[in-house]
Amino acid sequence: MTAIYILVGVAILGILWVIAKYNSLVTLRNQTINGWKQIDVQLKRRHDLIPNLVNTVKGMMEFEQDTLEKVIQARNAAISARGVADAAAKEDMLTSALTKLFALVENYPNLKSNENVKQLQEELTSTENKISFARQFYNDIATTFNTAQQVFPGNVIASLFGFQPVELFEITNEAERAVPTVNLSLKK
Amino acid sequence: MSLPYQTRNIYEQQAHNKRLTLVIMCVFVLFIALLGLGFDMYLQGGVLPGQFLPVGTAAALAVGFGSSFWSLQRGAKAVLASAGAVPVDETNPQHKQLLNIVDEMTIASGLPRPAVYVIPDPDPNAFATGKNPQESSIAVTQGLLDSLNREELQGVIAHEMSHIRNYDIRLMTVIAALVGAVLLLSDWARRMMMYGGGKKRDRNSKEAGQLGLILLIVWLVSIILAPIVSQLLAMAVSRKREYLADASAAELTRNPLGLASALRKIENAAAPTASIKRGAAHLCIADPLGKKVNTKEGFVAELFGTHPPIEKRIMALQAMAYQFQRQPEPTH
Repeated sequence: MTAIYILVGVAILGILWVIAKYNSLVTLRNQTINGWKQIDVQLKRRHDLIPNLVNTVKGMMEFEQDTLEKVIQARNAAISARGVADAAAKEDMLTSALTKLFALVENYPNLKSNENVKQLQEELTSTENKISFARQFYNDIATTFNTAQQVFPGNVIASLFGFQPVELFEITNEAERAVPTVNLSLKK
Repeated sequence: MSLPYQTRNIYEQQAHNKRLTLVIMCVFVLFIALLGLGFDMYLQGGVLPGQFLPVGTAAALAVGFGSSFWSLQRGAKAVLASAGAVPVDETNPQHKQLLNIVDEMTIASGLPRPAVYVIPDPDPNAFATGKNPQESSIAVTQGLLDSLNREELQGVIAHEMSHIRNYDIRLMTVIAALVGAVLLLSDWARRMMMYGGGKKRDRNSKEAGQLGLILLIVWLVSIILAPIVSQLLAMAVSRKREYLADASAAELTRNPLGLASALRKIENAAAPTASIKRGAAHLCIADPLGKKVNTKEGFVAELFGTHPPIEKRIMALQAMAYQFQRQPEPTH
């Protein structure tokens, strides 16, 4: 009789443990999804700000049409990105296009002292920072989620219920890393 | 999250702070009860339970609990109002930048966004207050906005966000209220000792005997020591929180030198922050009273400052920066 009680007790504890583990994985997955949405919100904000910036500086930077064109192209490419790795790569191209644009703005004293341009620069700087902080937050929580799925015995529960590891938001293209950073008036 | 320096994980830190709040509250409740008990014994002449009505004890405890409760509910508003803090104005580019930086730190810390205030005072300083991360506020002086660059301001805001995230704001609010209650009660007790009371003492003095004498001495000592001990306790807690908030700020911005350089600027502008009253000193990033204590090192300064010496904080941050450099860059 006693042995049966012990077995039943152990079984109940086991089931409770599985439930707890499953729930903690679900919580982590939701936090990861939420973290990704945070990045998404900031990326969208950046995409919305760029046309404003380009329109404001266009008139005074007629000799730099090429750079402006590249920024717009990079923006459009970033909007149509699919998946974490693709988005990371395209957003990085956009960042370097913007960096070049801001470096050029330095050559136009009229632009530099223009209140509108200053405000747009501040908004874009802040958005860049928010993207990188959101990315930091996402990568931290995604790493925790992935680790929880890989360590024993969490991996048993993870494979049982079909949890998948998530991609980290990082630069995957080696060529992108090699882009030299131009002098920034902006903190990156 | 793997960080190059040793620090408690955030949930452990929060749990630790909640526990510490409880322990400190118990110590203060003991102090307050002792003050009230002595009052009863002195006035009514009883020593053992049953020989007197614990009116004073009950009143003292009521003052203690009442003031902590009031502080948690209304304290943040009172502190902000007494400092003359006004909500940020989104149309002002300087304030807009401050809001942007607060948003950045909100994202980095994963907390709800605090209310943001500006204090029209030329001396650079900042503080956070509130009872929990959901209902918190950050206030900075106009002088801080004027004298710091974006990176330094980000460091200061990260420091304040860390106070919110670590539940320091709640801890410090409760401690401030309890220190206030102890000061008030020991002041009353002293006045009462000087101006009368003790009329019924002789009647019970024979029964009371030695035990009564001992308790009376304990009470006298606690009247004298309670204010000092409670302040030292509050300061010790406050100083420890500052180091922790500096470390968490570096963790949020991944840029310890921004905060280090902000602290240097704040230190050099050593004028007292006139708008921030003594009662809110322990909430600030640097001592607003402009006491030289915070710039000196040594035992006395360590014991009596609400903040650790700025030089030591800067050194700790620089050490963190050095460790960051030796680590591979985070993927930004």
